[in-house]
Amino acid sequence: MRGTVAILGASALAIAGFAGFGIADEEAELVVEGETLVSRVAAPEWHPLDQLMSGWVFRSDETQALQLDDFENPGFAAITLAEEVWETAAGTSGKSCADCHGDAGEAMKGLRAQMPKWSETAGEPWTLEDWINWSRTEHQGAEAWKWESDEMLAMTAFIGLQSRGMPVNVQIDGPMEEWWERGKELYYTRVGQLDLACYHCHEGNYGNMIRADHLSQGQVNGFPVYRLKWGKLGSIHRRFKGCMENIRAVPYKRGSDEFTALELYVASRGMGLSVETPSVRN
Amino acid sequence: MSNVKPRVKVPKKAEVGEIITIKTLISHPMESGQRKDRSTGELIPRKIINRFTASFNGETVFWTELEPAVSSNPYIEFSVKFPGEGTFRFEWVDDDGTVYDLEKDVKVG
Amino acid sequence: MQLNRRSFGLLAAAAAGATALPRAAFADEALVKEAIMAFTGGVEPTEGGVTLGAPEIAENGNTVPIEVSAGDGTEAIMILAAGNPNPGVATFHFTKLSGEIAATTRIRLAKTQDVIAVARLGDGSFGMTRREVKVTIGGCGG
Ligand code: HEC
Ligand code: HEC
Repeated sequence: MRGTVAILGASALAIAGFAGFGIADEEAELVVEGETLVSRVAAPEWHPLDQLMSGWVFRSDETQALQLDDFENPGFAAITLAEEVWETAAGTSGKSCADCHGDAGEAMKGLRAQMPKWSETAGEPWTLEDWINWSRTEHQGAEAWKWESDEMLAMTAFIGLQSRGMPVNVQIDGPMEEWWERGKELYYTRVGQLDLACYHCHEGNYGNMIRADHLSQGQVNGFPVYRLKWGKLGSIHRRFKGCMENIRAVPYKRGSDEFTALELYVASRGMGLSVETPSVRN
Repeated sequence: MSNVKPRVKVPKKAEVGEIITIKTLISHPMESGQRKDRSTGELIPRKIINRFTASFNGETVFWTELEPAVSSNPYIEFSVKFPGEGTFRFEWVDDDGTVYDLEKDVKVG
Repeated sequence: MQLNRRSFGLLAAAAAGATALPRAAFADEALVKEAIMAFTGGVEPTEGGVTLGAPEIAENGNTVPIEVSAGDGTEAIMILAAGNPNPGVATFHFTKLSGEIAATTRIRLAKTQDVIAVARLGDGSFGMTRREVKVTIGGCGG
């Protein structure tokens, strides 16, 4: 295991050593409702890391436990909401999602694992939020949901759940390549007053403690995640925004091309990890 | 459609006298009254679930008074000595007077 | 990809500034005592008779799982957070239909502090226990 590096230990604010911190067993398996999810996997060839690890691996015993049982996972309260929304008619079509798509377990299976996915209609990659809002406005004839609204979070969690256990597998070639390169550039570009890039924390220092937080690889396979700090579900772009604000950078907007490109690149860094939606993080 | 959703997990069947675990969770922000609205700088008024009650065939089995220090989406787990076939009823009382409820039948077996 | 010392030093300092707890009024022992006396009707509880399970260290103070239990016949168990602005958290009431006298919930702790459980036991006496929970200051990762 990677130790607490001296540079962190040197700071009075950083906290050294894991032992007392309830950091979970590094070897623990992520078994949700009897199904073993892939929380560690060998990285693809092009990847700068050897092994990819889910953010779950880095959480404390208590936080980890919340994700093992769907009832105890507080993210599931939103699933109940989404199940209802799925069945409720809305918009000028007078139809529900179910009227057109049928059983979500079949219609939406595998979708989360491919996000963001190329849209022929738009000629650009779309996040799951984009796909949902397109269908809301285009097919259902209803209003788009706000990115971080209860309904959008519930629906992305519910659709994501239909892919739980499936390996993340985003397209990075063809028309996506340009976007992927753009995302990669953003990932490695230093920003903000602290002059840091994503990779400083999530590639160069995962496994280490930053203040009292155990740094992960910054994977997106569990989104939307229920964060204890937020006390609710939050989107990928909300997390990106938070990380950028922490390094005193001006964050991009949710749904911006920058965040979509970054999401694509970050998702590709987690290829092969299981979709965990909705996961629980601190 | 209300965004507040109660959830309860009880076994469908139990032996009479068996101790059964009941897990409950309701999606609710548990607004503590101490948080400020980021845009206006004003305190967001308190709005919490202040009471949870579980009853069986009309008789109270277990109840809880809650304060703002209970986390959002309050989770409560407790157990009951199964009295025999009947209906559990669960009620959550909001500060605004709304009562959210849910019923579950449990059979002997 | 080595991170240089300067970056992290700055980061740590900045993060500390951003997340320093506001100097809010926190419950003092007087408020805690008042809450206990209100619950017991003025009787001083004795040590023990009730157990309290909580993590030694909580990864986030917003959602800290706790569990209380006591012997048969116990009517109620009150939870207090001695270091929150208001110490009250929750009171569980048991009945003759209760199975085990035990309950689990998740609570908010504003900082490192003692969590207290006071129980009205079957014989009418009061038992009490307290346990420290360290709350780590996250402040990174949004
Ligand atoms: C009036 C019918 C209709 C309604 C109502 C409707 N959709 Fe759709 N939806 C479609 C059609 C048609 C497509 C395009 C299918 C395709 O291209 O394979 C689609 C595509 C989608 C996609 C992209 C699927 C994919 O495989 O790329 C998502 C996600 C989606 N809808 C979600 C929803 C949600 C959530 C709702 C309810 C809020 C909803 N839809 C309501 C007709 C509808
Ligand atoms: C100063 C260090 C730092 C930087 C720089 C940083 N993050 Fe983070 N990030 C964190 C911390 C701390 C967490 C919470 C603990 C963890 O999962 O690593 C986090 C969490 C995350 C998560 C959630 C992981 C999960 O499992 O749910 C994602 C995704 C993420 N970061 C992406 C990014 C991206 C993209 C960037 C660049 C824009 C970035 N971070 C920059 C510190 C950082």
